[in-house]
Amino acid sequence: MTVNKNIGFAALFLLGLLAPVLIYPVLVMKVLCFALFACAFNLLLGYTGLLSFGHAAFFGLAAYAAGHALKVWELPTLVGLVFGTVSAAALGWLFGLLAIRRQGIYFAMITLALAQMVFFFLMQSSFTGGEDGLQGVPRGTLFGLDLADDMTLYYVVFIICAAAFWLIYRTINSPFGQVLKAIRENEPRAISLGYDVGRYKLLAFVLSAGLAGLAGATKMLVFTFASLTDAHWHMSGEVVLMTILGGMGTVLGPVVGAGVIVSLQSELADKVGSLVTVIMGAIFVICVMAFRRGIVGEAMALYRRMVGEKV
Amino acid sequence: MNGPQAMTQDIILETQGLVKEFKGFVAVNDVNLKVTRGHIHSLIGPNGAGKTTCFNLLTKFLEPTRGSIRFNGNDITKERPERIARKGVVRSFQISAVFPHLTVLENVRVALQRKMGNSFHFWRSEKCLDSLNDRAMELLTEVGLEEYASLVTVEMSYGRKRALEIATTLALEPELMLLDEPTQGMGHEDVNRVMQLIKKVSANRTILMVEHNMKVVSGISDRITVLARGSVLAEGTYAEVSADPQVIEAYMGSEQGGH
Repeated sequence: MTVNKNIGFAALFLLGLLAPVLIYPVLVMKVLCFALFACAFNLLLGYTGLLSFGHAAFFGLAAYAAGHALKVWELPTLVGLVFGTVSAAALGWLFGLLAIRRQGIYFAMITLALAQMVFFFLMQSSFTGGEDGLQGVPRGTLFGLDLADDMTLYYVVFIICAAAFWLIYRTINSPFGQVLKAIRENEPRAISLGYDVGRYKLLAFVLSAGLAGLAGATKMLVFTFASLTDAHWHMSGEVVLMTILGGMGTVLGPVVGAGVIVSLQSELADKVGSLVTVIMGAIFVICVMAFRRGIVGEAMALYRRMVGEKV
Repeated sequence: MNGPQAMTQDIILETQGLVKEFKGFVAVNDVNLKVTRGHIHSLIGPNGAGKTTCFNLLTKFLEPTRGSIRFNGNDITKERPERIARKGVVRSFQISAVFPHLTVLENVRVALQRKMGNSFHFWRSEKCLDSLNDRAMELLTEVGLEEYASLVTVEMSYGRKRALEIATTLALEPELMLLDEPTQGMGHEDVNRVMQLIKKVSANRTILMVEHNMKVVSGISDRITVLARGSVLAEGTYAEVSADPQVIEAYMGSEQGGH
């Protein structure tokens, strides 16, 4: 099983290295950024059992923070990305403190309300450019590499996402991850074993927010602008859709979900226009009604059934 | 209470005037409970007598309206539930409390893991938990589950889940175990097995349990407290409380109206 897994990851890694040769690199980078965003979100929904409806705030804030650092403060690209990530993690800490004492729908509503406050802050502030967004952010250089070139940038983005993906995978399979799963499975029992579950949830929330921020900052670098779309509640909904469609609580589910949604959106945008939203809605309904475990979840269940029958 | 040393030497848990009110309804009313160290102490009573509420108060899953709780002579009335667990008072739940999608071994290991102090280490591989496997297997062997160690818990029978729950609780080496209806919903054989198991694990520790099955209560309890409508109705050995007319009435209804 672990051998299979390693082969699978190696194949994905190779695919990631070859992808920009076959497909338009900016599209692949977009998929990668959203895949990271969804994986960060899944750490919370799939492995801790917390449904946040405000993750766009981290994604969007990090995009603006990194953009501002690069464009106005003219800081190096790496510093800008780190600044975006840290800002999102700090905001995550604040959100977490306020939200984790509540559960289920109340938790979701508090995160949504806080994210709306962040949205209005970004809309009203002068440094964000309001409705126009923050445009013309220079990509700069990284270790002497000129990131203005899409191919060069692609491999930088790929490495960032691969490293973040590894960190998420490690977190899921760490002593900390074990406690998170225990909390997801049976919170009162985790408390009765002496775990201060609030602190574990808070750390999970901060990690998830920080990584969502890294995704937002990286996406800003790819498109050289940050806009209100990144922080809008639609974005929070989209990441829920990606995660559930791909399979929450599976390692690869969010990656698949992000791939499907982003490529559908870019394929359909010129053909059906605003009907895209309707199609996305229909996909979500079908997913929730017919295959709740998501694409990867259902595939794994099928695989297990087949292997199980052989034995 | 002067001279707490002398008073509390053999009393592990003591409540004084414990009251829990829910909007206009008194679920637990002035309960004074004393649990002697080393005993298996049963809490019985008709449905709605406040037994589970009592448990929730003792482990601070609920906040008492009034009254105090002392464990080993120390006031724990204001402690948070996870702190109570760390002090050595560990509870089980009425509905089997396992982590269904973890393996049987992982269930026990999660309980052992906290003391390693690496539970916030998200950057380390869970392989560093493997050093706990031997101890986890010992505990599983103690409850007769060693051959199911690698099974995903959700696939086990109900009786075995309850046994796993006991193994997980034992992993914390609690001084005082609180078991909430450990044999509820079990078939005859499982009841016997769990009863023997409770007897076995009660060595060197104290057990307070809520139980409906009178065979279990009479079979292994050293002392019994009968609750009815939130108050203590009687206390004593099985022979004493089962002969108490008030207890009989509480269980059977009034003498002429019982059905």
